[in-house]
Amino acid sequence: MSNDSPDVLVREADTPRAAVESMPGYDPRAPLLSLDDLKVEFHTRDGVVHAVNGVNYTVESGQTLGVIGESGSGKSVTAQAVMGIVPSPGRVSGGHVRYRGVDLGALNEGQRRQIRAEAIAMVFQDALSALNPVFTVGFQIGELFRKHRGMKRADARKRAAELLDMVRIPNAKDRVSAYPHEFSGGMRQRVMIAMALALDPDVLIADEPTTALDVTIQAQIMNLLADLQQERHMGLILITHDMGVVADVADRVVVMYAGKVVEHSPVEDAYADPAHPYTRALLRSIPRVDRKGQSLDVIEGLPPNLARIPPGCSFHPRCPFARDRCREEEPPLYDVGPGRDSACHFWQEVIES
Amino acid sequence: MTEQTMEGVSTPPASGDPSQQSGGSSTRSLWGDALHDLIRNPLFVIPVLVVLAVVSMAIAPQIWTGADPNNCHLVQSKHGPSPGHPFGFTIYGCDMFAQVIYGARPDIIIAVVCTAGIATVGTALGTLAGFFGGWTDIIISRLTDIFFGLPFILAALIFLAIVGNHSVYAVSLILIVFGWTQLTRIMRGSVLETKNRDYVEAARALGARNGRIIFKHILPNAIAPVIVLSTIALGGFVSAEATLTFLGVGLQRPTISWGVLITDGQDWAISGYPHLLVYPCAFLIATVLAFILVGDAVRDALDPKLR
Amino acid sequence: MGRYVVRRLLQFIPVLIGTLFLIHYMTTLGIQFTGNPVRAIFGARQPPQSVINAVSAKYHLGDPCLQQPGNPCFNLFVERLGRYAHGDFGQDFNDQSVVALLSRRWPITGRLTLIAIAFESVFGILLGVLSGIRKDKLADNFTKVLTVLLIAIPVFVLGVLVQLALGVWVGVWIGGQSWLPGWLTDVFTVSFKADHPWLSLIIPGMVLGALSLASIARLTRTGLIENLSSDYVRTAQAKGLTPRRVIGVHTLRNSLIPVATYIGADFGFLIGGAIVTEGIFNIPGIGGLAYQSVLTGVVPVIIALVTILVLIFLVFNLLVDILYAVLDPRIRYD
Repeated sequence: MSNDSPDVLVREADTPRAAVESMPGYDPRAPLLSLDDLKVEFHTRDGVVHAVNGVNYTVESGQTLGVIGESGSGKSVTAQAVMGIVPSPGRVSGGHVRYRGVDLGALNEGQRRQIRAEAIAMVFQDALSALNPVFTVGFQIGELFRKHRGMKRADARKRAAELLDMVRIPNAKDRVSAYPHEFSGGMRQRVMIAMALALDPDVLIADEPTTALDVTIQAQIMNLLADLQQERHMGLILITHDMGVVADVADRVVVMYAGKVVEHSPVEDAYADPAHPYTRALLRSIPRVDRKGQSLDVIEGLPPNLARIPPGCSFHPRCPFARDRCREEEPPLYDVGPGRDSACHFWQEVIES
Repeated sequence: MTEQTMEGVSTPPASGDPSQQSGGSSTRSLWGDALHDLIRNPLFVIPVLVVLAVVSMAIAPQIWTGADPNNCHLVQSKHGPSPGHPFGFTIYGCDMFAQVIYGARPDIIIAVVCTAGIATVGTALGTLAGFFGGWTDIIISRLTDIFFGLPFILAALIFLAIVGNHSVYAVSLILIVFGWTQLTRIMRGSVLETKNRDYVEAARALGARNGRIIFKHILPNAIAPVIVLSTIALGGFVSAEATLTFLGVGLQRPTISWGVLITDGQDWAISGYPHLLVYPCAFLIATVLAFILVGDAVRDALDPKLR
Repeated sequence: MGRYVVRRLLQFIPVLIGTLFLIHYMTTLGIQFTGNPVRAIFGARQPPQSVINAVSAKYHLGDPCLQQPGNPCFNLFVERLGRYAHGDFGQDFNDQSVVALLSRRWPITGRLTLIAIAFESVFGILLGVLSGIRKDKLADNFTKVLTVLLIAIPVFVLGVLVQLALGVWVGVWIGGQSWLPGWLTDVFTVSFKADHPWLSLIIPGMVLGALSLASIARLTRTGLIENLSSDYVRTAQAKGLTPRRVIGVHTLRNSLIPVATYIGADFGFLIGGAIVTEGIFNIPGIGGLAYQSVLTGVVPVIIALVTILVLIFLVFNLLVDILYAVLDPRIRYD
């Protein structure tokens, strides 16, 4: 798997790739990954939980999209919907996910499985529980090659070792036969990344990849991701609640709240002039060393119960800019500027404040 | 739209579960939730009724039958069901129905006494071992291993065969002395798990003393498996008594229990008197089954993962 | 791994001695409670004086410590351990050594146990997997009902009922049908037939394994359901693996760990549980000997058998602990 130059990607066995390219609607010029009004519901005993309520975003090759939100904002469920692994009692209830024009929801399960790991791959938060504890990492990485590419065990193992090397795990050849619990947290996350990139996917979704790690290790992992993305010209979706992490790495950010996108901007604009009260509040709540002695800015209130989302703008109970209109009318995504959207009636005020 | 890839997965994984929102709807505790579910579960309600029925037979057999279980005439030995004697007669010519009803008492006594015994011992030892760790844990664990190595049937065989005492108390004693190991282990494991939870650390940081931590924080949260097991154990002890009786070291005449009736009836049932076996077996199985079903229902209700 | 094994062995030895002492203590306590050591050993029998003298000497029935309830009689314990170390487990009242008695019987019990283990493992796991992946559907409910019934029915009740239904009714009927092969009769026979040592043990083996089958099915089911909602299952799905592989390889491997250890422990447990089964079906195995000895009150044999069975049980538990470490790599470095 040689990826010497960022423009040319040499692929191995092209049968799986050909299979993906021959899927209905495939168009190499279409956006790499686009979510169009995606909705996901969970039917629980306490009612219907609207986890994702019409999410739109797009990722292109070589781009990094940061998806920011608190717990319960729907950011992870959105990613699961893209992968097609939303756990029951959840189901995708509306909208489309398109990979290079192919409507993933219209595919059958077998085709969906082909897409996974081959075209779109995912890295999860806690590598200790996300990796199977009773199999060696070599086995778990190797099975991608054995099952998707039909490789033999020995070859798969060799490739697994190469991958471990690529993610800068020292002594890769020996570590291939180690078990997940024998790695440190940061190393385990590298293993997960290696596993996700094994089949050279076009899109990598990283769901809180560094949340469980120390700050210094976080930086290493983010650098690794950035380097790998550059080498492979991948689209990277970085899901996190940590605004600091996103600032360094992302090109664009999408801020999610109560299952919706509330702001969509290039990263510099979002940080310098947030266009939505929620984004603004998030930024202001980051503790700053130079403001010692003052009280912390917090966002009043709690995220809404997704089974009973407030009418109008879902953020209005906690919003310092809220007016009557916010209680009644749900804000659409207003066009704020080039490549910027915001779901706030009073976005101009927010930018100017 | 998108198909579910896995059927049978009922809980969403840790991240991204939006149904864990706070605020708004009523907050139910685990116990409240469990009780709410249990009452609506026929597999809980019916067995509970059966248990209550059997316990009432043990406490007040008179309300179930007017016949005298000791009114026996050998002339009627092994006779089948007849008017006034719905279950027929035992091999000693006693009214089977009456004997089956009165037979509930020794079994229920043993079940309750033994379960109370192992629950007390098990909870105490398990909590001590789990909470204090160190030498306390080592000693208690080795002790548990030692007793665990001697299955109660084998222990009963030796002790009761030598001593020859077939009273309810001898049998109960043996069952308790050799039955506490499993509960202790479970409790210990449960306490170990609970001990490391954040709220325990918080309580400690707030200066709570050991006793308070144990009784207020650890016990209520660790006790669930013990409750489940105790319920099932009630049934298990009834079964154990019958097995010991069958082997000859349990209860004996003149004590009437289901085990005694089954043992008596076993030889003759094959020769064409199935009623000698069927009725006591039915009562025994129904009672044990009821206890196990209750225990199962409680376990399922308390375990959030199995919802 | 090696360190783990050594540690387990070191833990095993004191437990072994402790349990043997427990048996010893029970025996002496029992004797002390009856107040009459000779009567305790012989019960209501009246054997010839020579036998009484021989047994009394062998078991030190005259030792004063046996007259003091509660005295652990360490000297007798040590002496008994010494005899065990030499392979002397005592004799019955006809002066036949217990070890000799067992030599004929253990192959039969061995076969019975193997049949039980095979039966309970195969069907237990199958049933458990089926009901686990089809949770709350028909297969699951059927399994729930079946397993709960099997657990609720005491082994001896099951054995007696099976003997009645299959052994007597079906067996006699089959015997009367000339068009059915002869060996089928031996499967449904009521007891052990030496010329069909395996066939005639099939049904008793199934009875013996019935309770464990239910436990294994439930363990498998619970393990499967728990593991199906783990994070690593989600990862496996994200890797585009088929559901069959996700369940059959990833989940099962984790779910079967407790099951495998249960089966391993069951080996030791079944040997004791065979007492009831062999008793009912008249099988001349180790359990059958125990059953007879209790019935006829031959206390020395009972003591010896219990000791031997406990030894086997403890050894199997040790092996199971080691097996657990082999299966679950996280345990090895404890």
